[in-house]
Amino acid sequence: MARTRFPADAGLTSRMLGTMFLLGLLYVVFVAVLIAVLPRAYLPLVLLIAGGFLFFQYFFSDRIALASMRGREVSPEQAPELHQMVDRLCALADMPKPRVAIADSDLPNAFATGRNQQHAVVCVTTGILRRLSPPELEAVLSHELSHVAHRDMAVMTIASFLGILAGFVVRSSIYAGAYGGGGWGRSNDRDSNAGAVILLVVLASAVVYALSFLLTRLLSRYRELSADRAGAILIGRPSLLAAALVKITGDMSRIPTRDLRAAEPLNAFFFAPALAPGFSFSTLFATHPPLERRLEQLEQLEAQLGRPA
Amino acid sequence: MKFLDALLGRSKPKQPKLDALFGVTGAAITLEASAGMKPTGQAAVCFKPASGQGFAAASEEVKGLLELAVKEAGSTLKISDDRYGYRWVVLADPEMEDLVTSAHLVNSTLEQYGFGPQLLCSVFGFRDEGGRRFYLVYLYKRGSFYPFAPLGGERRDNELELRVKATLGGDLPIEPELARWFALWGLPLD
Repeated sequence: MARTRFPADAGLTSRMLGTMFLLGLLYVVFVAVLIAVLPRAYLPLVLLIAGGFLFFQYFFSDRIALASMRGREVSPEQAPELHQMVDRLCALADMPKPRVAIADSDLPNAFATGRNQQHAVVCVTTGILRRLSPPELEAVLSHELSHVAHRDMAVMTIASFLGILAGFVVRSSIYAGAYGGGGWGRSNDRDSNAGAVILLVVLASAVVYALSFLLTRLLSRYRELSADRAGAILIGRPSLLAAALVKITGDMSRIPTRDLRAAEPLNAFFFAPALAPGFSFSTLFATHPPLERRLEQLEQLEAQLGRPA
Repeated sequence: MKFLDALLGRSKPKQPKLDALFGVTGAAITLEASAGMKPTGQAAVCFKPASGQGFAAASEEVKGLLELAVKEAGSTLKISDDRYGYRWVVLADPEMEDLVTSAHLVNSTLEQYGFGPQLLCSVFGFRDEGGRRFYLVYLYKRGSFYPFAPLGGERRDNELELRVKATLGGDLPIEPELARWFALWGLPLD
């Protein structure tokens, strides 16, 4: 009875699962190493502080992101068209309506944040409102709503916990080594021993940090592809999303550099990354898949739509 | 499954619930009997057109079937696109039952072709005892109804809406979350 025209993308799912598995494995190994090497009292403290950081990021992600982009929430009276678009998309996808915000920035972009569907915010910049046609804007909104439906903010926050933990261990170990004078080994004869332990912990943490960084970036790219896919399916017009992508990325490279650099740290939340032109960014580190990869997926979906029933 | 789907970022398109739609016939009787509110004889089905040959074929079939049904029942049919990119099939027939049957024809044909997720809502026009217009909106994905009473200048008559809700309480699955009673400005119905 109920049929869908879009077969599940098993490849994307398994790649994402593989990345998550590696990240989890890395996490377990790292904590095991910490337990084995560090003094007893130290590890709970590290976990507590890193955990507190995660907690803060998890619960206030919507406010942090909005504040850093200077987005302000708008009421249906202030932005009736935008609200109506979101209203209808939410009814189409059967999800609660997120808050809607507009950021005063000429950078054409959009982002979604919030730990779950009840605390989600979708924010668009005035730049994107000006540049995209209403159907293209709707396609971008459907991509962002898919991020909300997939709980990408929560998934990525939790995935980045390992990196935060490892980074914190590196910093505090160096600090302990420099000022504590072997604060872990209380007597002098254990000083050299403690020094070696600190070095080991720093090295291991640095490696873990680098690996987890690569893995979270990889995961982020898969999440983007998933959101593209779900968004394109929701509006039933994959090419519209492709057109919006091309338009935005085309516009991106024509915008003065200063704006772009200021926005770069926020890339992970964006619809299309803001990269300064001439700045070569390895695909290994990118939060978003290359434009060609995204367009290719949308083309496939369009082809699936074209097939007769 | 829901957790796993979120974890793997593979939300599935939501399929529509079609059956509860037929409840509107009974609701019309209740509204007239207990509050003097009458149907205007107009209804509309709203969906998001998809691109590609598959959807074009489905649309053709819907149109063909509808024209046939309309001719038989002596009702009228109008198809229009709104500025948000949604398509409205507007039906007019004095008989509530014929309206619901025609609306269901659109739904079930789209669903057969695999375009069920494209369905947004159905709207049935009513008039209260003082002549004010309001609409019963059926949300396909929720399988629930809500009343929508537009006033001039994009404002809503919340009092009338809540009165309709109170009248229909037991008869019809009314959408419990008021936040989902979204406004539909510029409806192509009279």
